[in-house]
Amino acid sequence: MTIDMLNQAIQGALIGGLYALFAVGLSLSLGVIRFINIAHGDLIVLASFLLMSLSGLLGLSPFVVALFMLPLAFAAGYWLQRLLLQRVVGESVLPVILVTFGLSIMIQNGLLQAYGPDTHKLHGGQIEVASVHMFGLFDIGFFPLAVFFTAIVVIAALDILLYRTSIGARIRAVADDPAAADLIGLSSGRMYAIAMGVVGMTVMLAASCMSVWTNFDPAIGPSRLLTAFEAVVLGGLGSLWGTLVGGMVLGIAQNLGAQMDASWQILAQHLIFLLVLVLRPRGLFPKA
Amino acid sequence: MSGADDEPLRVEKLNVYYGQFRAVHDIDLTVAAGEIVSVIGANGAGKTSFLKAIMQQADRAEGSIHAFGLNLRTMSTPQIVAAGVALVPEGRRLFPSLTVAENLRIGWEIGRRGSITLDRIYSWFPVLAERRDQPARRLSGGQQQMVALGRALLANPRLLLCDEISLGLAPVVVGQLYDILPKIRAEGISMIVIEQDVVRSLAVADRFYCFLEGAVSLVGRPQDANRDVIMRHYFGG
Repeated sequence: MTIDMLNQAIQGALIGGLYALFAVGLSLSLGVIRFINIAHGDLIVLASFLLMSLSGLLGLSPFVVALFMLPLAFAAGYWLQRLLLQRVVGESVLPVILVTFGLSIMIQNGLLQAYGPDTHKLHGGQIEVASVHMFGLFDIGFFPLAVFFTAIVVIAALDILLYRTSIGARIRAVADDPAAADLIGLSSGRMYAIAMGVVGMTVMLAASCMSVWTNFDPAIGPSRLLTAFEAVVLGGLGSLWGTLVGGMVLGIAQNLGAQMDASWQILAQHLIFLLVLVLRPRGLFPKA
Repeated sequence: MSGADDEPLRVEKLNVYYGQFRAVHDIDLTVAAGEIVSVIGANGAGKTSFLKAIMQQADRAEGSIHAFGLNLRTMSTPQIVAAGVALVPEGRRLFPSLTVAENLRIGWEIGRRGSITLDRIYSWFPVLAERRDQPARRLSGGQQQMVALGRALLANPRLLLCDEISLGLAPVVVGQLYDILPKIRAEGISMIVIEQDVVRSLAVADRFYCFLEGAVSLVGRPQDANRDVIMRHYFGG
C-alpha cells in the first residue's frame, strides 16, 4: 500500500466519524423504538438550515449555536414522538414508514419554500483550515479530527446513558418488551419520547458538523439517510460502537474507490456494503 | 359508593370487552384491609382480564373500580402504581436483557417509597442476590417468578395483584414462593391471588371468589366451602 493510499484511508476513516454522527440517532431509534425513521436525513438538513439562520442572525459560530440549541432539540424530538410518531408505533412497520416518509416530503418542500433550492455551506472559522502534521508523512485536517472525536464522545455518552443510568435501564426495558412495561406501570410512550429527545440532540450535533463539512440543500436528506442506514446495518442493528465502525468502513471505501477512479467513490461504498451484507447478514457487531 | 380511604379495592358492575367479546360480566369484588383474596377459575374465566382492568390495561371496560378511595378508572397505569397498586403479571414478563438487579430497581423507581428495599428482597430470595448481575433471561422459571414478585413488591404497594405465580413451576418452587406471602401480609399489604391451582390458593386465602365464564359463580371463606361445591362452580354444569 502506498503512502498516498494510506493517507486516503485515514481521511476516509475520519469521514466515518461524520457518518457515525448522522447514523447514531437512527441506530438508537431502530434499536430502542424499533422503527425506521425515513425523515432522519431531512431532520438533519432542517437542523442545518436552522443553524444557518441562527448563526447568521446572532453572528455566532454554528458549533456554539448548536450547543445552545441542544435542549430545544431534545424537546423537539420528545414532542415529535409524543404527538405524531407514538400514534403509529407498534401496530406494524408500515404506518411508521408512511408517516415518516410524509414528514420527509413536508420538510423538503417546506425548506424549499423558505430557503429556495440553492446549496449552502456554513463557516466554522479557523478550525476548518488548521491541520496537524502526522508522522512526518501526511497532514490531517483539524476539523475532521474534531468531528471524529465528537462522534466518539457522543457514542460514549450514549453508551453510559443506556447502560449505566437508571433512565437507560428503563429505556432498555421498554425496548425489550413495551407491553410488559405498560402492564407494570412503566409508560412505554414516555420512554420512547425520551429516547427520541436524545435522538433529536444527536441530530443537532450531526447538523452542526455536516453543515460545515459539506454542502447541503433542501433535497439532500434522503442521500444522507442512505449512508446513515448503511452505517447502522454494517455495524449491526442496535450496536452504537458498531455504527462508528460501519461509518469508518464506508468512508474508507469511498476514498479508496475515488483513488481508483472519481466515479467509483459512491459505487465503492455501496459495493462494500453489499459485500458485508452477503458475508455477515447481521452486521459486523450483531447484538445477541 | 366509592369506597373508604382505607379500603384496598372495591369493584362494582365491572364489564371488560375485547372487541365484541365480553370477557368479564358485572363483577362485584372487594378486598378489605390486610386481606388475601383468592380468585380461582378455569382458563378463560376472565381472571387476567379482571386484573388488567384494575390496572387500566384492558381494551375496554365499564363499571367502577376504586382503590383506597381513588377512582382508578380516571388514572393512568403509572399513577395507579404510584398510588400503591402493583401487578405481578401472568407469565412473569421480565425484561430479558436487563440484569436481575436492573429489573428489580425498575420496580423501586416507578413505585412508592416504603419499607421494602432491594436488600430486603435479597434477604427473602437469597438466590437473587447471588445472580443479581446476570441477565434475567438466564434464570430458571422459578427464579424469574421471584424477580417478578420482587419487582412488584419494590413498588411498595398497599395492594398486590398476583396473576398465576405458580404457572409452569415445580411444586417445590411454588411452595417457596407461597411461603413468602405471609411475610408480604405482615408488611400490611393486601393481596389478590389468582390461581388455577385451587388447593394451593385456598390454603393462603381469607376469602375466595370463583369465576366462571367471566362472572362470579361463588364467593366464600375457604373453611366454609365444600370441595364438591367449589368444583361445580369452577367448571360449571
